[in-house]
Amino acid sequence: MLAFAAGTALSACAQPNPSATISAPYDPYEAENRRMHAFNVSLDRAIVRPVAKGYSDFVADDVEQVIGNFATNMSMPSSIVNNILQGNGRDASQDFYRMVINTTIGLGGLIDVATDMKMPPRSDADFGETLYVWGVAEGPYLELPLIGPASTRDAAGRTVDLFTNPLDYVLESPESYYGTGASGLKTLGARGRFGDSIDSLLYDSADSYAASRSLYLQNRRYKLGKSGTDDYLDPYDATYGGAAVSSDFEDPYDQ
Amino acid sequence: MTSNITRRRMMATGLATVCATTLPGIALALDDATARTLVQKVVNDINAVIASGKPVSSMINDFEGIFRRYGDVNLIARSTLGPDANRASAAQMNAFTEAFRGYIARKYGKRFNEFAGGKVEVHSVRQVKSWHEVAGMVNLRGSAPFDVRFLVSDRSGQNLFFDMVIEGISLRLSERTEIGSMLDRRKGNIDAMIADLRQAG
Repeated sequence: MLAFAAGTALSACAQPNPSATISAPYDPYEAENRRMHAFNVSLDRAIVRPVAKGYSDFVADDVEQVIGNFATNMSMPSSIVNNILQGNGRDASQDFYRMVINTTIGLGGLIDVATDMKMPPRSDADFGETLYVWGVAEGPYLELPLIGPASTRDAAGRTVDLFTNPLDYVLESPESYYGTGASGLKTLGARGRFGDSIDSLLYDSADSYAASRSLYLQNRRYKLGKSGTDDYLDPYDATYGGAAVSSDFEDPYDQ
Repeated sequence: MTSNITRRRMMATGLATVCATTLPGIALALDDATARTLVQKVVNDINAVIASGKPVSSMINDFEGIFRRYGDVNLIARSTLGPDANRASAAQMNAFTEAFRGYIARKYGKRFNEFAGGKVEVHSVRQVKSWHEVAGMVNLRGSAPFDVRFLVSDRSGQNLFFDMVIEGISLRLSERTEIGSMLDRRKGNIDAMIADLRQAG
Protein backbone atom coordinates (compact mmCIF):
# COMPACT_ATOMS: atom_id res chain seq x y z
CA MET A 1 0.00 0.00 0.00
CA LEU A 2 2.82 2.40 0.89
CA ALA A 3 4.62 1.64 -2.34
CA PHE A 4 1.38 2.20 -4.19
CA ALA A 5 0.78 5.54 -2.48
CA ALA A 6 4.32 6.63 -3.29
CA GLY A 7 3.77 5.55 -6.90
CA THR A 8 0.56 7.56 -7.14
CA ALA A 9 2.27 10.56 -5.64
CA LEU A 10 5.09 10.23 -8.17
CA SER A 11 2.77 10.06 -11.12
CA ALA A 12 0.44 12.79 -9.90
CA CYS A 13 3.04 15.19 -8.61
CA ALA A 14 6.39 16.27 -9.94
CA GLN A 15 7.78 16.47 -6.42
CA PRO A 16 6.68 13.50 -4.34
CA ASN A 17 6.13 14.02 -0.66
CA PRO A 18 6.16 10.61 1.03
CA SER A 19 4.81 11.92 4.31
CA ALA A 20 5.61 9.91 7.38
CA THR A 21 2.91 9.84 10.00
CA ILE A 22 2.40 10.14 13.69
CA SER A 23 1.16 6.58 13.85
CA ALA A 24 -1.92 5.45 15.71
CA PRO A 25 -1.26 4.23 19.24
CA TYR A 26 -0.51 0.52 19.41
CA ASP A 27 -2.78 -0.44 22.28
CA PRO A 28 -3.74 -4.12 22.22
CA TYR A 29 -4.33 -4.13 26.01
CA GLU A 30 -6.77 -1.23 25.89
CA ALA A 31 -9.44 -2.95 28.02
CA GLU A 32 -7.00 -3.75 30.85
CA ASN A 33 -5.35 -0.33 30.49
CA ARG A 34 -8.70 1.40 30.81
CA ARG A 35 -9.42 -0.48 34.03
CA MET A 36 -6.02 0.59 35.38
CA HIS A 37 -6.72 4.16 34.24
CA ALA A 38 -10.02 4.20 36.14
CA PHE A 39 -8.12 2.99 39.22
CA ASN A 40 -5.42 5.65 38.83
CA VAL A 41 -8.00 8.40 38.39
CA SER A 42 -9.92 7.35 41.49
CA LEU A 43 -6.64 7.15 43.42
CA ASP A 44 -5.76 10.65 42.23
CA ARG A 45 -9.16 11.96 43.20
CA ALA A 46 -9.18 10.32 46.64
CA ILE A 47 -5.55 10.66 47.71
CA VAL A 48 -2.88 12.08 45.39
CA ARG A 49 -4.69 15.27 44.37
CA PRO A 50 -5.74 16.36 47.88
CA VAL A 51 -2.35 15.46 49.36
CA ALA A 52 -0.48 17.25 46.57
CA LYS A 53 -2.69 20.32 46.95
CA GLY A 54 -2.09 20.27 50.69
CA TYR A 55 1.66 19.82 50.22
CA SER A 56 1.79 22.60 47.64
CA ASP A 57 -0.26 25.00 49.75
CA PHE A 58 1.45 24.15 53.01
CA VAL A 59 5.08 24.15 51.87
CA ALA A 60 6.56 27.43 50.65
CA ASP A 61 7.40 27.52 46.92
CA ASP A 62 11.09 28.06 47.69
CA VAL A 63 11.23 24.97 49.87
CA GLU A 64 9.45 22.92 47.21
CA GLN A 65 12.02 24.16 44.72
CA VAL A 66 14.91 23.15 46.99
CA ILE A 67 13.48 19.66 47.51
CA GLY A 68 12.96 19.32 43.76
CA ASN A 69 16.55 20.43 43.09
CA PHE A 70 17.88 17.94 45.60
CA ALA A 71 15.88 15.07 44.08
CA THR A 72 17.07 15.99 40.61
CA ASN A 73 20.69 16.15 41.69
CA MET A 74 20.42 12.75 43.40
CA SER A 75 19.16 11.27 40.13
CA MET A 76 22.09 12.60 38.08
CA PRO A 77 24.36 9.54 38.57
CA SER A 78 21.65 7.33 37.06
CA SER A 79 21.39 9.69 34.10
CA ILE A 80 25.19 9.62 33.65
CA VAL A 81 25.22 5.79 33.72
CA ASN A 82 22.49 5.73 31.05
CA ASN A 83 24.35 8.24 28.88
CA ILE A 84 27.43 6.04 29.06
CA LEU A 85 25.35 2.96 28.15
CA GLN A 86 24.07 4.94 25.15
CA GLY A 87 27.61 5.81 24.12
CA ASN A 88 26.71 9.50 24.55
CA GLY A 89 29.92 10.91 26.01
CA ARG A 90 28.88 14.52 25.51
CA ASP A 91 25.71 14.32 27.61
CA ALA A 92 27.45 12.11 30.18
CA SER A 93 30.13 14.73 30.74
CA GLN A 94 27.66 17.65 30.66
CA ASP A 95 25.55 15.92 33.31
CA PHE A 96 28.68 15.15 35.29
CA TYR A 97 29.78 18.81 35.36
CA ARG A 98 26.27 19.94 36.30
CA MET A 99 26.28 17.49 39.19
CA VAL A 100 29.73 18.61 40.36
CA ILE A 101 28.76 22.30 40.28
CA ASN A 102 25.40 21.78 41.99
CA THR A 103 26.81 19.44 44.63
CA THR A 104 29.63 21.84 45.57
CA ILE A 105 28.62 25.46 44.92
CA GLY A 106 24.93 24.48 45.04
CA LEU A 107 25.29 23.19 48.62
CA GLY A 108 24.79 19.48 48.06
CA GLY A 109 22.31 19.93 45.22
CA LEU A 110 19.87 22.17 47.10
CA ILE A 111 20.40 25.06 44.70
CA ASP A 112 20.43 24.64 40.92
CA VAL A 113 23.45 26.87 40.27
CA ALA A 114 24.17 25.14 36.95
CA THR A 115 20.95 26.46 35.37
CA ASP A 116 21.64 29.97 36.68
CA MET A 117 25.11 29.70 35.11
CA LYS A 118 23.44 28.77 31.79
CA MET A 119 25.20 25.41 31.65
CA PRO A 120 23.80 22.96 29.04
CA PRO A 121 20.43 21.54 30.18
CA ARG A 122 20.44 18.14 31.86
CA SER A 123 19.86 15.20 29.59
CA ASP A 124 17.37 13.37 31.84
CA ALA A 125 18.55 10.10 30.32
CA ASP A 126 16.77 6.99 31.56
CA PHE A 127 16.98 3.31 30.71
CA GLY A 128 13.86 3.53 28.52
CA GLU A 129 15.84 5.95 26.34
CA THR A 130 18.85 3.62 26.45
CA LEU A 131 16.64 0.82 25.12
CA TYR A 132 15.43 3.17 22.36
CA VAL A 133 19.03 3.94 21.41
CA TRP A 134 19.78 0.22 21.39
CA GLY A 135 16.97 -0.24 18.86
CA VAL A 136 14.28 -1.81 21.06
CA ALA A 137 10.77 -1.14 19.69
CA GLU A 138 8.28 0.96 21.65
CA GLY A 139 5.92 -1.98 22.16
CA PRO A 140 2.29 -1.85 23.27
CA TYR A 141 1.02 1.12 25.26
CA LEU A 142 0.53 0.40 28.97
CA GLU A 143 -1.05 2.22 31.86
CA LEU A 144 0.86 1.33 35.04
CA PRO A 145 -0.59 1.52 38.54
CA LEU A 146 0.31 4.83 40.29
CA ILE A 147 2.80 5.80 37.57
CA GLY A 148 0.32 6.11 34.71
CA PRO A 149 1.10 6.06 30.97
CA ALA A 150 4.12 4.15 29.64
CA SER A 151 5.16 2.20 26.61
CA THR A 152 6.28 -1.36 27.25
CA ARG A 153 9.83 -0.23 26.50
CA ASP A 154 9.62 2.54 29.09
CA ALA A 155 8.02 0.25 31.66
CA ALA A 156 11.00 -2.09 31.28
CA GLY A 157 13.31 0.91 31.47
CA ARG A 158 11.74 2.10 34.71
CA THR A 159 12.25 -1.31 36.28
CA VAL A 160 15.91 -1.35 35.30
CA ASP A 161 16.36 2.23 36.52
CA LEU A 162 15.52 1.06 40.03
CA PHE A 163 19.04 -0.39 39.89
CA THR A 164 21.01 2.06 37.73
CA ASN A 165 21.70 4.71 40.35
CA PRO A 166 25.21 4.04 41.70
CA LEU A 167 24.41 6.12 44.79
CA ASP A 168 22.10 3.33 45.97
CA TYR A 169 25.10 1.04 46.26
CA VAL A 170 27.33 3.58 47.97
CA LEU A 171 25.01 5.20 50.48
CA GLU A 172 23.84 3.33 53.54
CA SER A 173 20.38 3.70 54.98
CA PRO A 174 18.83 6.04 55.89
CA GLU A 175 20.85 8.32 53.54
CA SER A 176 20.02 6.12 50.56
CA TYR A 177 16.33 6.89 51.08
CA TYR A 178 16.76 10.67 50.99
CA GLY A 179 16.86 10.70 47.22
CA THR A 180 13.80 8.46 46.92
CA GLY A 181 11.87 10.51 49.46
CA ALA A 182 12.80 13.77 47.80
CA SER A 183 11.82 12.44 44.40
CA GLY A 184 8.43 11.40 45.78
CA LEU A 185 7.94 14.90 47.18
CA LYS A 186 9.09 16.39 43.87
CA THR A 187 6.37 14.41 42.08
CA LEU A 188 3.78 15.60 44.63
CA GLY A 189 5.01 19.18 44.18
CA ALA A 190 4.59 18.91 40.42
CA ARG A 191 1.06 17.49 40.85
CA GLY A 192 0.28 20.53 43.01
CA ARG A 193 2.06 23.08 40.86
CA PHE A 194 0.58 21.95 37.54
CA GLY A 195 -2.63 21.01 39.32
CA ASP A 196 -5.02 22.85 37.02
CA SER A 197 -3.49 21.40 33.85
CA ILE A 198 -3.61 17.86 35.22
CA ASP A 199 -7.14 18.36 36.55
CA SER A 200 -8.21 19.53 33.12
CA LEU A 201 -6.66 16.44 31.51
CA LEU A 202 -8.04 13.91 33.99
CA TYR A 203 -11.42 15.44 34.81
CA ASP A 204 -12.46 17.66 31.90
CA SER A 205 -11.50 15.52 28.90
CA ALA A 206 -14.25 13.70 27.06
CA ASP A 207 -12.13 10.55 27.36
CA SER A 208 -9.27 11.09 29.77
CA TYR A 209 -7.74 7.72 28.89
CA ALA A 210 -7.40 8.56 25.18
CA ALA A 211 -6.24 12.10 26.01
CA SER A 212 -3.48 11.02 28.39
CA ARG A 213 -2.36 8.28 26.00
CA SER A 214 -2.07 10.81 23.18
CA LEU A 215 -0.19 13.36 25.31
CA TYR A 216 2.18 10.75 26.73
CA LEU A 217 3.10 9.22 23.37
CA GLN A 218 3.57 12.58 21.64
CA ASN A 219 5.76 13.92 24.42
CA ARG A 220 7.78 10.74 24.88
CA ARG A 221 8.48 10.35 21.16
CA TYR A 222 9.53 13.98 20.99
CA LYS A 223 11.95 13.53 23.89
CA LEU A 224 13.48 10.44 22.34
CA GLY A 225 13.65 11.56 18.73
CA LYS A 226 14.09 15.35 19.02
CA SER A 227 12.81 15.36 15.46
CA GLY A 228 10.54 18.38 15.76
CA THR A 229 7.57 18.24 13.44
CA ASP A 230 9.22 16.36 10.57
CA ASP A 231 6.94 13.35 11.05
CA TYR A 232 3.71 15.34 10.72
CA LEU A 233 1.49 15.00 7.70
CA ASP A 234 0.62 18.22 5.92
CA PRO A 235 -2.98 18.96 7.00
CA TYR A 236 -3.47 21.13 3.92
CA ASP A 237 -3.11 18.02 1.74
CA ALA A 238 -6.18 16.59 3.43
CA THR A 239 -8.22 19.78 3.14
CA TYR A 240 -7.45 20.65 -0.44
CA GLY A 241 -6.71 17.19 -1.79
CA GLY A 242 -9.33 15.00 -0.17
CA ALA A 243 -6.67 12.39 0.63
CA ALA A 244 -6.66 10.66 4.00
CA VAL A 245 -5.72 12.97 6.86
CA SER A 246 -3.22 10.44 8.10
CA SER A 247 -2.50 6.84 7.40
CA ASP A 248 -4.22 6.05 10.71
CA PHE A 249 -7.43 6.33 8.81
CA GLU A 250 -6.53 4.18 5.87
CA ASP A 251 -8.47 1.03 5.19
CA PRO A 252 -6.71 -1.67 7.26
CA TYR A 253 -7.81 -4.34 4.76
CA ASP A 254 -6.19 -2.53 1.89
CA GLN A 255 -2.60 -3.80 2.13
CA MET B 1 -12.55 -4.61 -5.68
CA THR B 2 -14.52 -2.05 -7.69
CA SER B 3 -14.75 0.21 -4.65
CA ASN B 4 -11.02 -0.19 -4.32
CA ILE B 5 -10.36 1.13 -7.79
CA THR B 6 -12.73 4.05 -7.27
CA ARG B 7 -10.95 4.92 -4.07
CA ARG B 8 -7.56 4.81 -5.76
CA ARG B 9 -8.77 6.95 -8.62
CA MET B 10 -10.11 9.40 -6.05
CA MET B 11 -6.71 9.45 -4.36
CA ALA B 12 -4.91 10.15 -7.62
CA THR B 13 -7.34 12.95 -8.48
CA GLY B 14 -6.90 14.25 -4.96
CA LEU B 15 -3.14 14.33 -5.27
CA ALA B 16 -3.36 16.08 -8.61
CA THR B 17 -5.58 18.71 -6.99
CA VAL B 18 -3.00 19.07 -4.23
CA CYS B 19 -0.32 19.81 -6.81
CA ALA B 20 -2.54 22.29 -8.59
CA THR B 21 -3.24 24.13 -5.36
CA THR B 22 0.36 23.89 -4.15
CA LEU B 23 2.10 25.40 -7.16
CA PRO B 24 0.52 28.88 -7.00
CA GLY B 25 1.20 28.72 -3.24
CA ILE B 26 4.90 28.42 -3.93
CA ALA B 27 4.74 31.60 -6.01
CA LEU B 28 3.61 33.53 -2.91
CA ALA B 29 6.84 32.33 -1.28
CA LEU B 30 6.50 32.36 2.43
CA ASP B 31 10.11 32.37 3.54
CA ASP B 32 11.77 31.75 6.89
CA ALA B 33 12.00 35.45 7.68
CA THR B 34 8.29 36.10 7.00
CA ALA B 35 7.28 33.09 9.10
CA ARG B 36 9.51 34.26 11.92
CA THR B 37 8.06 37.78 11.79
CA LEU B 38 4.52 36.38 12.00
CA VAL B 39 5.34 34.22 15.02
CA GLN B 40 7.21 37.11 16.63
CA LYS B 41 3.95 39.11 16.40
CA VAL B 42 1.99 36.22 17.93
CA VAL B 43 4.55 35.90 20.72
CA ASN B 44 4.60 39.66 21.40
CA ASP B 45 0.81 39.61 21.72
CA ILE B 46 0.93 36.57 24.01
CA ASN B 47 3.61 38.18 26.18
CA ALA B 48 1.50 41.33 26.42
CA VAL B 49 -1.50 39.25 27.57
CA ILE B 50 0.59 37.43 30.19
CA ALA B 51 2.12 40.67 31.45
CA SER B 52 -1.23 42.51 31.55
CA GLY B 53 -2.33 40.59 34.66
CA LYS B 54 -5.97 40.95 33.58
CA PRO B 55 -8.68 38.65 34.92
CA VAL B 56 -8.96 35.23 33.25
CA SER B 57 -12.12 36.02 31.27
CA SER B 58 -10.45 38.97 29.59
CA MET B 59 -7.31 36.89 28.90
CA ILE B 60 -9.55 34.36 27.16
CA ASN B 61 -10.96 37.10 24.92
CA ASP B 62 -7.48 38.34 24.11
CA PHE B 63 -6.34 34.84 23.27
CA GLU B 64 -9.33 34.29 21.00
CA GLY B 65 -8.34 37.49 19.17
CA ILE B 66 -4.77 36.25 18.67
CA PHE B 67 -6.03 32.87 17.47
CA ARG B 68 -8.46 34.52 15.04
CA ARG B 69 -5.90 36.97 13.65
CA TYR B 70 -2.85 34.74 13.20
CA GLY B 71 -4.17 31.18 13.19
CA ASP B 72 -5.76 29.22 10.35
CA VAL B 73 -8.76 28.33 12.50
CA ASN B 74 -10.74 26.85 9.59
CA LEU B 75 -8.01 24.37 8.81
CA ILE B 76 -7.27 23.51 12.45
CA ALA B 77 -10.96 22.90 13.14
CA ARG B 78 -11.38 20.81 9.99
CA SER B 79 -8.29 18.80 10.74
CA THR B 80 -9.36 18.00 14.32
CA LEU B 81 -12.64 16.68 12.95
CA GLY B 82 -10.64 14.35 10.70
CA PRO B 83 -12.50 12.22 8.15
CA ASP B 84 -15.81 13.17 9.80
CA ALA B 85 -15.38 16.60 8.20
CA ASN B 86 -16.27 14.98 4.88
CA ARG B 87 -19.78 14.04 6.00
CA ALA B 88 -20.49 17.36 7.77
CA SER B 89 -22.65 19.89 5.92
CA ALA B 90 -21.38 23.42 5.26
CA ALA B 91 -23.66 24.75 8.01
CA GLN B 92 -22.34 22.15 10.44
CA MET B 93 -18.74 23.02 9.52
CA ASN B 94 -19.41 26.72 10.18
CA ALA B 95 -21.07 26.02 13.51
CA PHE B 96 -18.29 23.62 14.45
CA THR B 97 -15.50 26.08 13.52
CA GLU B 98 -17.17 28.84 15.53
CA ALA B 99 -17.67 26.57 18.57
CA PHE B 100 -14.13 25.23 18.22
CA ARG B 101 -12.61 28.72 18.28
CA GLY B 102 -14.36 29.58 21.53
CA TYR B 103 -13.47 26.21 23.04
CA ILE B 104 -9.74 26.58 22.24
CA ALA B 105 -9.72 30.14 23.59
CA ARG B 106 -11.33 29.03 26.88
CA LYS B 107 -9.22 25.91 27.28
CA TYR B 108 -5.83 27.49 26.51
CA GLY B 109 -6.61 31.04 27.63
CA LYS B 110 -7.23 29.76 31.17
CA ARG B 111 -3.70 28.37 31.26
CA PHE B 112 -2.21 31.85 30.83
CA ASN B 113 -2.40 32.74 34.49
CA GLU B 114 -0.01 29.85 35.17
CA PHE B 115 2.43 31.68 32.91
CA ALA B 116 2.45 34.78 35.12
CA GLY B 117 5.95 36.25 35.23
CA GLY B 118 6.94 34.12 32.24
CA LYS B 119 7.97 35.08 28.74
CA VAL B 120 8.02 33.43 25.32
CA GLU B 121 11.10 33.87 23.11
CA VAL B 122 11.58 33.01 19.43
CA HIS B 123 14.88 31.27 18.71
CA SER B 124 15.03 29.73 15.26
CA VAL B 125 13.12 28.90 12.11
CA ARG B 126 13.48 26.19 9.47
CA GLN B 127 11.45 24.76 6.64
CA VAL B 128 9.82 21.36 7.12
CA LYS B 129 7.99 19.95 4.08
CA SER B 130 5.53 22.67 3.01
CA TRP B 131 5.58 24.63 6.26
CA HIS B 132 7.97 26.69 8.35
CA GLU B 133 8.64 25.58 11.88
CA VAL B 134 9.39 28.53 14.18
CA ALA B 135 10.91 27.31 17.44
CA GLY B 136 10.97 29.17 20.71
CA MET B 137 11.18 28.76 24.45
CA VAL B 138 8.70 29.49 27.21
CA ASN B 139 10.64 30.72 30.22
CA LEU B 140 8.68 30.37 33.42
CA ARG B 141 9.67 31.56 36.85
CA GLY B 142 11.01 28.75 39.02
CA SER B 143 10.84 25.89 36.51
CA ALA B 144 12.83 24.63 33.56
CA PRO B 145 12.06 26.40 30.27
CA PHE B 146 10.05 24.41 27.74
CA ASP B 147 10.06 24.17 24.00
CA VAL B 148 7.27 25.64 21.86
CA ARG B 149 6.99 25.50 18.06
CA PHE B 150 4.58 27.27 15.73
CA LEU B 151 3.95 25.78 12.29
CA VAL B 152 3.32 28.46 9.68
CA SER B 153 1.97 27.87 6.18
CA ASP B 154 0.75 30.00 3.27
CA ARG B 155 -1.31 27.25 1.68
CA SER B 156 -4.57 28.86 2.75
CA GLY B 157 -3.59 31.91 0.67
CA GLN B 158 -2.51 33.80 3.76
CA ASN B 159 0.45 33.40 6.09
CA LEU B 160 -1.08 31.79 9.17
CA PHE B 161 -0.01 29.31 11.83
CA PHE B 162 -1.81 25.97 11.77
CA ASP B 163 -0.36 24.26 14.83
CA MET B 164 1.32 24.99 18.13
CA VAL B 165 3.54 22.25 19.55
CA ILE B 166 4.64 22.33 23.20
CA GLU B 167 7.33 19.81 24.18
CA GLY B 168 6.29 17.67 21.25
CA ILE B 169 2.58 17.87 22.08
CA SER B 170 0.64 19.22 19.13
CA LEU B 171 -2.49 21.25 19.80
CA ARG B 172 -4.02 19.99 16.56
CA LEU B 173 -3.27 16.29 17.11
CA SER B 174 -4.30 16.39 20.79
CA GLU B 175 -7.55 18.14 19.97
CA ARG B 176 -8.24 15.60 17.24
CA THR B 177 -8.18 12.92 19.95
CA GLU B 178 -10.42 15.05 22.14
CA ILE B 179 -12.93 15.93 19.39
CA GLY B 180 -12.92 12.26 18.34
CA SER B 181 -13.79 11.24 21.92
CA MET B 182 -16.53 13.88 22.10
CA LEU B 183 -17.99 12.58 18.86
CA ASP B 184 -17.81 8.96 20.11
CA ARG B 185 -19.60 9.97 23.28
CA ARG B 186 -22.44 11.28 21.12
CA LYS B 187 -22.39 8.18 18.89
CA GLY B 188 -21.16 10.23 15.94
CA ASN B 189 -23.89 12.89 16.10
CA ILE B 190 -22.10 16.05 14.90
CA ASP B 191 -24.80 18.50 16.07
CA ALA B 192 -24.82 17.05 19.59
CA MET B 193 -21.02 17.21 19.68
CA ILE B 194 -21.08 20.89 18.62
CA ALA B 195 -23.57 21.64 21.42
CA ASP B 196 -21.18 19.95 23.91
CA LEU B 197 -18.21 21.83 22.47
CA ARG B 198 -19.90 25.18 23.16
CA GLN B 199 -19.97 24.26 26.86
CA ALA B 200 -16.51 22.64 27.04
CA GLY B 201 -13.10 24.11 27.79
